[in-house]
Amino acid sequence: MCAHYKLRRGLDIPLKGKADMITETPVVSALYALKPIDFKHIVPKLLVREGDALKAGSPVFCDKNRPEVRFTSPVSGIVQTVVRGDKRRLEAIEILPDCKNESLKFPAEAPEIMSVQKIKELLLESGCWPFIIRRPYGITPDPGETPKAVFISCFDSAPLAPDLDYAFANREEALEMGLRVLERLCPGIIHLGLSDKTSPHSVFRRLQARVHTFSGPHPAGNPGIQIHHVSPIGRDHIVWTLTPQGLSVIGELFLKGVYDTTRTIAVTGPALLKTGYICCPSGIQVNALTGFPYDKNREVRVISGNPLTGDNVGPEGFLGFHHGQITFLEEGHSRELLGWARPLRLNKFSAARTYVSYLAPLLGKTGRFSLNTNANGGARAFVLTQGYQKVLPANIFVSFLIKAILAQDIEKMEQFSIYEMIPEDLALCEFICPSKIEIQDILQQGIDLMIKEMQ
Amino acid sequence: MKGIEKIVNRIKPVFSKGGKLGFLHSTFDAFEAFLLVPATVTRKGSHIRDCNDLKRVMIVVVIALVPCLLFGMYNTGLQHYMAMGPGAELPGFFQIFWYGFLRVIPLVIVSYVVGLGIEFTVAQIRGHEVNEGYLVTGMLIPLIVPVTIPLWMLATAVAFSVLIGKEIFGGTGMNIWNPALLARAFLFFSYPAYMTGDKIWIDGFSGATPLALWTEQATATQPMPSWMDMFLGFIPGSVGETSVVCILLGAAILIYTGVASWKIMVSCLAGAALAGLLGDIPVHYHLVMGGFAFGCVFMATDPVSSPQTETGKWIYGALIGVLTIIIRLFNPGYPEGMMLAILLMNTFAPLIDHYVVAVHVKRKMKRIAANG
Repeated sequence: MCAHYKLRRGLDIPLKGKADMITETPVVSALYALKPIDFKHIVPKLLVREGDALKAGSPVFCDKNRPEVRFTSPVSGIVQTVVRGDKRRLEAIEILPDCKNESLKFPAEAPEIMSVQKIKELLLESGCWPFIIRRPYGITPDPGETPKAVFISCFDSAPLAPDLDYAFANREEALEMGLRVLERLCPGIIHLGLSDKTSPHSVFRRLQARVHTFSGPHPAGNPGIQIHHVSPIGRDHIVWTLTPQGLSVIGELFLKGVYDTTRTIAVTGPALLKTGYICCPSGIQVNALTGFPYDKNREVRVISGNPLTGDNVGPEGFLGFHHGQITFLEEGHSRELLGWARPLRLNKFSAARTYVSYLAPLLGKTGRFSLNTNANGGARAFVLTQGYQKVLPANIFVSFLIKAILAQDIEKMEQFSIYEMIPEDLALCEFICPSKIEIQDILQQGIDLMIKEMQ
Repeated sequence: MKGIEKIVNRIKPVFSKGGKLGFLHSTFDAFEAFLLVPATVTRKGSHIRDCNDLKRVMIVVVIALVPCLLFGMYNTGLQHYMAMGPGAELPGFFQIFWYGFLRVIPLVIVSYVVGLGIEFTVAQIRGHEVNEGYLVTGMLIPLIVPVTIPLWMLATAVAFSVLIGKEIFGGTGMNIWNPALLARAFLFFSYPAYMTGDKIWIDGFSGATPLALWTEQATATQPMPSWMDMFLGFIPGSVGETSVVCILLGAAILIYTGVASWKIMVSCLAGAALAGLLGDIPVHYHLVMGGFAFGCVFMATDPVSSPQTETGKWIYGALIGVLTIIIRLFNPGYPEGMMLAILLMNTFAPLIDHYVVAVHVKRKMKRIAANG
């Protein structure tokens, strides 16, 4: 089964600093970390103490409400620090690697001869389960639930996103095995989202599942948008999503019986002097990326993830659990005289035609902009809302949804499809908003409220 | 550039909280943000942001209004000298323009000083940032009043529209009615002798506007201006409303930049053309007479008081067009229907949205149920 979806609305932000197709040799990181804040709506219960020896796959913490959902160490080593924030909130568990890269051995067999129960247990025990994300709400699923569909988006359309065809070029075996495992768990309901630009030689073209191709600008690669077009979510529906990253980790588990989160991530951003890919486990400390220099005299923001939805982790921070990209942006503290009134501003990007920067390619500029973190304006009330629809290829009234959330009106939130969206899907609306409304944050508040009310 | 930044940084402590003039910090912030792009960086969500903001949007609308304003100045002068009698020789272009400039500029100044004064005061009391919405309203108001209006009357209307029309609802983005039209409606109902909409005074000369002429055609003593005159705008009328050419120029800017909805403009035009078939005035006359073109391009398209849904915009625009013509044709007391039609539809915009959204939700629920 193969269907094509032509999405017209959306926006590809022409940002400078796409990753060059070179993979650097792995760096020996000083530290790794597992961060409970990478997982939405869990209550972390610590299972280790400082000084404990761990192997890759050893449990580090679990969800207090569902102790079977475990979160495990990405590398072998010793627990160095348990970082706590306000009110003793668990923020990160920092692990000093022993560089042996040993993993616990898990009793994996061919998924076809294992029972579904056994497969689930293995996924939970090894720490692979949290790679599955559940819609509505974008949270870690309950082990007992059955979804109506599973979606894996095989391309990333976000600004400066890694080319997944390149990053997964030699992971075919693991991806195939991952799919076989999922097929046992959820037979017949696995959907793959491919881009029309996915090369015919790509590993993703050889995977066996229901394939849908999508064309169009970002956010066409977001699973949320793909689900909206293929199988929309209502109140009683559950859909799981996985990244190819999660799929290959599950595959490795069943191929070799080890927990190995090694991934090829893109190191990108306009602030970098050199960009590229690097092969490393999850949770690597950012300052270990010495192969990618930037101007130390400038103030730089280090983001785990893409510039629209990633987390500001700081130069000493760690790669997030789900992320396949690190982005370096310059902080936008510089000021510009009468900036809003200048007619040209060719070096500034805007999706709106109130600036002529969209003419830049015609005037001999490269057409790539080095955006910084300046908000480019102050927060205001909703005034112009028609732009949101232009960057969201989905039949959703964004401004009505956001207003329903601000009014805490559960019924309206339901009507305006809060089940279908997670913050990353509305990131572009936030990007273009002339009133600088923090749409992703508001949506997350709405989701938090829904979870609380539905319990 | 660096110099200005230095000066701003030097005087900033005085206006910050705890400083000598700390109570003026909102005002200071507004001027600072006006001069220099603020150095605020993103904290949550998207780390990068589009460089389009409300200031930019508003300034585009003001630019789109400039042709109307300049022509309005010239036309004010022209009407003044033409009123001196058919035999009198017209002075040169610049003298005509200069005369009009001197008559119009006080209106603009009063509108901005009073309106922005209130905006700054309210922002100060609330501790908010100053909204830039008044940049546009302040330019619209002088363009939709007769040039002869006493300045105190204009000031009162501006104060009314900003306070009652906008601030009591919470400021720009929260208002129900278009503030500029509210100012005009205030003048119309409070000082009908000055603002009947069918008369315009130019230095003792009192002549009827074409719209008034049509309604009392039988008794009219003046000749009706030609369609071309009305299209080009060399006729008596409110400052910015007469020249359809200049309005179209503004419309082109608004549509090209995507600031105003072309859907509202098109449907408003279509609605008026359709309803115009009812009466005996030719349809193409309706479109160039009175405030129709100006209202259609600059007033009906106000993003705050018009519907938020795209389907809603079509309905809203068409109803404004139809209502305007109906008021013109069937209400002998007041020939100009545009203002009332837009204000009425502003009131109903949320209702239109309500029904459009209800249909959308119903369809969506069906699709989800089918995909269950």
